[in-house]
Amino acid sequence: MIHFRQVEKVYPKRGPALIDISFDIEPGSWVFLTGHSGSGKTTTLRLLHMAERPSHGEVEVCGFSSRHLRPKKVWQLRRKVGMIFQDYRLLPDRTALENVSFALEVTGEKRRFSLRKSEEILARVGLEAEKNAPVHTLSGGQRQRVAIARAVIHEPALLLADEPTGNMDTRASRGILELFQELNARGMAILMATHDLALTQQNAERRVLELSEGRLVYDSAGGIAPHMTTEEG
Amino acid sequence: MHPFRETFQGIRRAPFLTFLSAAMVALALFVVGLFAVVTYNLHQALRQIEAGVEIVIYLDDHADTDLVDAFRREIAELPGVRAVRHVSREQALEIARRELPEFDLLFTSLDENPLPASFEVELLDGFRDPAAVAQLADAIRPHPAVEDVRYGEAWVERLALLQRIGALATAILGGAFSVIAALIIGTAIRIAIFARREEIHIMRLVGATDGFIQRPFLLEGMITGALGGLLALGLTWGAYSAVTQALFPLTWIPSIWIIGGVSAGILFGLLASTFAVRRHLDEV
Repeated sequence: MIHFRQVEKVYPKRGPALIDISFDIEPGSWVFLTGHSGSGKTTTLRLLHMAERPSHGEVEVCGFSSRHLRPKKVWQLRRKVGMIFQDYRLLPDRTALENVSFALEVTGEKRRFSLRKSEEILARVGLEAEKNAPVHTLSGGQRQRVAIARAVIHEPALLLADEPTGNMDTRASRGILELFQELNARGMAILMATHDLALTQQNAERRVLELSEGRLVYDSAGGIAPHMTTEEG
Repeated sequence: MHPFRETFQGIRRAPFLTFLSAAMVALALFVVGLFAVVTYNLHQALRQIEAGVEIVIYLDDHADTDLVDAFRREIAELPGVRAVRHVSREQALEIARRELPEFDLLFTSLDENPLPASFEVELLDGFRDPAAVAQLADAIRPHPAVEDVRYGEAWVERLALLQRIGALATAILGGAFSVIAALIIGTAIRIAIFARREEIHIMRLVGATDGFIQRPFLLEGMITGALGGLLALGLTWGAYSAVTQALFPLTWIPSIWIIGGVSAGILFGLLASTFAVRRHLDEV
């Protein structure tokens, strides 16, 4: 499903963000991507979403290679991959329902079907009452849930989540993780970036990839020596 | 349905921005509209003057009547001739008395009418330039019934020069105004799309194709251009009416020019949107 092959990402002004990263993720698996702020988690997810291309090496996602996928055809990948952004990336002047249904409409689904399915998924993330509220009136946690609903509305094969519980209290976080468990149980692969070590410890059976200063320093599936980390506030 | 719904929702969400873009388009096209009214009226005035260009053939007093009649038929069949009018010697004297009343005493004291009979040759459009008139005059001059041929050579050449200057000024100023209008329209629509660049980015991130993203923006650009064009038409009509009522009568521009102006607004709107959206799509 995901193949990272000797990937490097170098920004002209900031220098290297990722250095010689290689890992594979199987379909249907759930993997945590951990590390401090600036360790390269978001860059890794952006490369997987083909919002950026590697400076060296190759990224392959759902059969689409960073070497061959033309920018005009990136939409083909994005219809198979859901992405939850750290900053939500929602359309603030539209309602929660419009934001979610929009992601389905772009795939060619009828508006009526898209709205009905969006209502269902918004109810699933606990936003039934807020579905007609413009997104800019919602709290951070509510916006995050709208973003999650939008990312999974088209039932992607892979869900990329960048700190999806970062703005939520413990109860809301638990609800989101339950939703992720349900999606994962239905076969959706999940790669979730988080700096919350407690979360990974609570899910000790899940695979953990840890980044530090752009290098992959730990893979719980084996092969790389464990690296001591400290929890970030 | 999606592009139409998105377009109208986009306008509904930011009506001020749409109005502002349409107003900028309107002001740019209004300047072009005013220029069109002025140009059209100058052109009409020159055409009116040009319509007066004709050849006068003075006939030999001793020419045989049959020869003169045959000559008249020959002239009528020459290319570029619209009509041939015979002016007898008596009619010529009558016209001279009417048009030159200060010489009335002189005319009445004459024992004999000194004026010759003539043919006044009206010319078709496209045969009134100096070269065509001279060519026709040269073709007529050798005929035995002809005493002299006149067509106001210097005047025709000055008129032709004036027309050439007019055409050149129209092309340069019209071109400059059109380029300025296109730049203003382009900037107005780019600003409107720049304000919505995040929307374009997000649409791309959730898997929309470039065509899906572009269509509502292109439609909105066309609507903005059309609104601006119609607004400019109203402003131009207002200015035309004010001048006609307060200063001097003007002729309103032909429908095809109006259609062309509004179409130009739509086309500029479409092109500006295409470039602006493409630019933001390339950024993602």
